[in-house]
This record gives sequence, structure tokens and C-alpha cells, in this order.
Amino acid sequence: MTRQETPPLHRKARRMAWRKARQRLVPYMFVLPQLSLFLVFMFFPLGYALFISFHDWDMVGQPTFIGVANFVRLGNDHVFWFALRNTLVYVAGTVPLSIGAGLLLASALNRPMRGRSIFRSVFFLPVVVSAVVTALAATWIFNDNYGLLNRLLIFIGVAPVNWLSSPRWSMVSLILTTIWLRLGFCMTIYLAALQTIPAALYEAARIDGANKLQLFFTVTIPMLRPTTLFLTIICVIYSFHVFDLIFVMTGGGPGYSTIVLVQYIYNMAFQTSEMGYACAIGMALFALILFFTIVRWATSRRSEVSA
Amino acid sequence: MRGKPSWGTLLITLGLVVGSVIMLVPLYWMFVMSFRPKTEIFNLAAPIWPSRTSLEGFRTLFESYPVLRWIENTAVVAAISSAITVSLSLLAGYAFAKLRFWGRDVLFVVFLSTIMVPIQVIMVPEFFVLSWFHLLNSNWGVILPRCAEAFGIFMTRQFMLTIPDELIEAGRLDGASELGIFIRIVLPLCKPLIGVLLVFAVVWRWNDFAWPLVVFTDQAKFMLQVGLNYLKGDPNPDWNSIMALAVIALTPMLILFLFCQRLFVQGIAGTGLKQ
Repeated sequence: MTRQETPPLHRKARRMAWRKARQRLVPYMFVLPQLSLFLVFMFFPLGYALFISFHDWDMVGQPTFIGVANFVRLGNDHVFWFALRNTLVYVAGTVPLSIGAGLLLASALNRPMRGRSIFRSVFFLPVVVSAVVTALAATWIFNDNYGLLNRLLIFIGVAPVNWLSSPRWSMVSLILTTIWLRLGFCMTIYLAALQTIPAALYEAARIDGANKLQLFFTVTIPMLRPTTLFLTIICVIYSFHVFDLIFVMTGGGPGYSTIVLVQYIYNMAFQTSEMGYACAIGMALFALILFFTIVRWATSRRSEVSA
Repeated sequence: MRGKPSWGTLLITLGLVVGSVIMLVPLYWMFVMSFRPKTEIFNLAAPIWPSRTSLEGFRTLFESYPVLRWIENTAVVAAISSAITVSLSLLAGYAFAKLRFWGRDVLFVVFLSTIMVPIQVIMVPEFFVLSWFHLLNSNWGVILPRCAEAFGIFMTRQFMLTIPDELIEAGRLDGASELGIFIRIVLPLCKPLIGVLLVFAVVWRWNDFAWPLVVFTDQAKFMLQVGLNYLKGDPNPDWNSIMALAVIALTPMLILFLFCQRLFVQGIAGTGLKQ
């Protein structure tokens, strides 16, 4: 009854409903541009990579479905296991060292001292240096015959080392270079976190008679736990991703001594044109990173709850 | 405090000085090698500073390769790509921080977890996507895929969570549209954030290597980092010129660092503090 008698109100209600619906759509409009790029250049490729990984494809012809054969092949491919081992060695070598050195550096530079801001700038500088440029510069530090490091070793009377031409030392050179590149990043994050530790905690511990070393281990390190967790996850992801540095500095060599999974994917895809197998390696790597991240995150949660 | 420095302080300072030298020597050596005569490159007896400044390396570099084109491409990609990335991150980050919609938190976590995906995992399909769009060997082939990046969204959300809701509510009561609120109320508060996002986007795109390596096969269209790798791949690499190109690739970033160091520190410190 009333509805028929007051058409303007009715229209108003409809307009209100329409406006509400539009209001509900507005947030999606904010996300849509970014989402569409993610869909085309991230989510679709991820799904497509999974699809390709079940096929045999040389890029030219049509992909042939071969089931899990690519994944079975992973098990027997000794280069894949080499690359996996090298990746893990690289992760294990770079992550604790850059985080540990970053923490030491941050503690040293957190106290008032002369030239503090200059030191901070110097260690932070590599944040703008590309991995390619770093690799080129490092080549001339570690070069067996002309590198500065060996010249220094000879100068102080130590036998020179085959930094880049021996399988064992080439990985060491890469790890050292990575620490050079990443140290300042870890330092800066720790410096910010150190600011948030309440001075009262140190005061209380000092009254209890703790010395400087005890303060570091009983106050600083526990208070920095969330930061350390964050850095571990980020650094592990970065280390799994390392491509530019190794590609330019050693190219995976000598032999297969420094080849890592991301470069093996690249080689398979763009040098031997085995698209299906390249994608299968990619899926294995992605699973590995996902597994690590979830485990690290879950274990930290549990210890946080129990603590 | 200003009394005699203790042994501990002296020891720490000494360590920091040695560390700083280690940090600076590789870059110093690069500059030296680019500015010294070609004959001194493989001469072990040459001093560790250039005996005389020579521009030979730069001259052969510019004579043999389209370096100006490489610089231009790199600058264009860095500029356009950062402009797009930052704008889209701001829009999306705002929605994730301040608007309510169905699926918001799931979508955010999905975006964020793409940080874990190495580019190589999606390289093959991405290569085909680009060839469908005819974007291989083009600057847009580098620009567009790299705009699907979660770092900016994450940073924006973090930052915008600290903006009081009351400001946005007040805008709504005044009858401003959602886009109007975003542009007139939220963005002016985000100037520090925009600076941080911009410097990082510029540096990352300028220094990008893996993806441009796949996109560019035509030497005339390279970007700087790919050019560097190309020069190094020569069977008989001319290190004088390589280091000259490295200096060209590095110097703009060093200048940016000199002027915007605070922004870099804020950006990196900010990612670690809150999660």
C-alpha cells in the first residue's frame, strides 16, 4: 500500500541500495589494477608453470603430456642434486654469517662514538650496488692471478689460494661476496630494532650485577628474537633466489661446483630448451622455499607460546 | 664520556676501520681499473692507484657498443616502472589497510607470499606471456611483469595502518568520494612513504638483471646490467671497458644513495620493525 503511494521514497531506497552496492565495490577498484598485473604476470604463470612441468616441451613444437616423468627424472639427475646441495650450502653459509655479523656491527654502532654515521653509511652502501657490478668487482678481488686478495696474501707471505678456479674455494668466494653485499641490510634492521629495547631492562639487569657480555646475552639477544626470525626468513628467501651474482661471477663453475637451482632452471629453459623439465625444477624449488618458510614460522610460533 | 677512550672502544674502532676498508676496496678498485691505461690492467707491478688518468676504456666502450642506448633504456625502464609500481602499491596498500571488503586478508597474504617465488620459477611461462603480447625485446616487457611486486603493497599497508581512521571518516562525512579521500587526505600524509618506495623501486629496476636477460636478445636494446654481462662474456674481455661500464652503471645509484640515504635506511628499518 504505502509503497505504491510513495514512489519517490521507493526510488530513493533503490538508489540507496545501488549506492551501497557501489560502496561495496569501491575497495575492489583500489586493488584491481595491482591484482590484474598479478594475475597476468604472477598467478597465471605459476599455474602455467605447474601445467608445463607435466609436459615434454622444447618450445618449438606442441607440449606432450608425460605425467610425472619430469619429477621422476629429478631423482636421477645428478646435476639437479649438485645444484640442490650447492643451494643449501650457499644458504647455510650466507644466512647465519650475514645475520651474525650484522648483529655484531649493529651493537658496535649503537653506542655513541666518533664517526658513527660514516661507518653506518659505508657498511650500508652495497644496498644500491647491483649484484652484477658486485660480481665484476669481486672477480678482481678473487682472481687467482691478478686478484687483490692473492696479491695481499703473497705480500704477507701466505700461499695464494685458487679462489675462483677450485671447486671448493669458489663457493667460499661467493659466500664472502654475498656477506659483503648483505651485511649492511642486516645491520640496519638490527639498529632499528635495538632502538626499541627499553633502557629500563638494561638498567634492571645492571642492578642485578650483570656485566656487558651478560647484558648482551640476557637482554639484547632475547629482545631481538622477532627481528632475528624476520631476518632469517628474508635472508633464506634471498639466498634461495640468488642468480645474478653467481651467474656473472662463476657461471656455476668451475664444473658444477657453484651451480644453484635457479641457474639450473635458467640453463634448462634457455640453453637446452627443455621447458617442461625447467618448470619441474622450479616447482621443486618453490616447494622447498615454501616448506622452509612454513617450518621456520611455525617453530617460532610454538616457542613464542611456550616462552 | 669524553675522557680517555678505553681499550675496548679502540679495538672496536679499529675493527670498524678495517671493515670499512674491506667494504670500499672492491668499489675503489673498479674505479681505478676503469680510469687507468689499458697496459696497466694485467700489470702486477702497477701501483694500486692509476699512474695517470686515462679515458681509453671509456672511449673503446662507447665506440664499440650502443652504450647511450643502454643507458637510455635503463633510465626509461627505471622511471616508468617505479612510477607504475608505486602508484599501484599505494592504491592497493590503502585498500588493505583502511577499507573493508570480502577476501581482504586472504588476498593480502596471497600477495605477500609471492615474495617467496623466485623469478626463475615463472620464467618459462612468463616468457610465453610476453611473446603473446609481442613484448620481447621491448622495455614494456621488463616494466610490466616487474610491477607485480608485493614489497610496495606491504610497506604501504604498514604505513597506512598508522593513519587515524577518524581522518578518513571525517572525509566521508563531508561527502568526499573514496578516491577523493585517498588523493586529498591520505596521500598528503604519505610523502615519506612515497619517497621510500620510489628510491627502492628505482634502484631495483636499474639494477635488475635476471628478467631483462631473458627479455632482451637484441644487443641494440639491452639494459646496462645485461650489457655488463655481455661484455664480460666476450672470449677476450676488455676489462678496462667493462669496469668503465660498471662505473657508468654504478655512479647514478651512488649519487642517489648520497642524497637519499635516510630514505633507504627508513625503508629497510621499517620492514623489520613491525610484522
